[in-house]
Amino acid sequence: MTVAVVVFPGTNCEHDVVRGLATAGAEAELVWHRDTDLEGAEGVVLPGGFAHGDYLRTGAIARFSPVMAEVERMANDGLPVLGICNGFQILCEAGLLPGALVANRDLKFICRPVHLEVESTDSVLTRAATRGQVLRIPLNSYEGNYVTADVDSLEGSGNVILRYSDAGGRKRPASNPNGSTNAIAGVTNDRRNVAGLMPHPERASEAILGSDDGLVLLESFVASLELVSA
Amino acid sequence: MTHRFRVSVSRKPGLSDPEGTTTLKALQDLGFTDVSHVAFGRTIDVDLEAASGDDARLALEAMCQKLLANPVIESYTIEERP
Repeated sequence: MTVAVVVFPGTNCEHDVVRGLATAGAEAELVWHRDTDLEGAEGVVLPGGFAHGDYLRTGAIARFSPVMAEVERMANDGLPVLGICNGFQILCEAGLLPGALVANRDLKFICRPVHLEVESTDSVLTRAATRGQVLRIPLNSYEGNYVTADVDSLEGSGNVILRYSDAGGRKRPASNPNGSTNAIAGVTNDRRNVAGLMPHPERASEAILGSDDGLVLLESFVASLELVSA
Repeated sequence: MTHRFRVSVSRKPGLSDPEGTTTLKALQDLGFTDVSHVAFGRTIDVDLEAASGDDARLALEAMCQKLLANPVIESYTIEERP
């Protein structure tokens, strides 16, 4: 197994992620949230969905699933860890990424492609991308509104990696789909080996899906596996 | 003995609360123009067995810190229920 893709009760994007990772050049294997040994994995992805029904808060129950001890171990070992959508919410709840995700500004479930600008290439999710590159990737969430108690220190840390923009990379109120603070769509941790984003790169990883803009993000993740194992 | 509590969880001030903002606007539209603040939260009732009220409260505090609230964005209060 190269990449472990975690399945919680309620996860629904795991097969898309496995396929997207394969397109990006990595083997991936589904692991159940009760698995307590990811020893063979070089990286782990928490895919989207509604883990444990999103009861209490999104990700709040999932972060205590047995597999999360292994996810934390891998994060602490410097291995690549990625959370997509619900997976991002889980990593925030687990304290592995800064901030939290709350209900969208307009209280609507958003399911449409959005534009993202690559803010930093210093992360396992963006290392193969170019700073300033604009990607068109589907967003599919109700609690996608990123908040953090201290956005200035987050910005200063360089841990913001993706921001909502328009097709030209401009940041306007109308190009921020869900009201996220500073239009933040994706962040990384200080060590830059854990990353999360609300939009779904796996749903834009082949031209037949309408966009393959997400592939560069999955390729970044796969390239990070090779860097760590080298 | 059984101790009965109610935990009230609310968003920390200054952080985005779209439900509160939207409901505030709706109330003002309905003519309740004196309303200046609406905030959403949740209440969670918890009953537990503990040797003393202090023990019970300590346990509740740990539950809030660990699971019932997200300390990154939420604050909480604990009160006893009759």
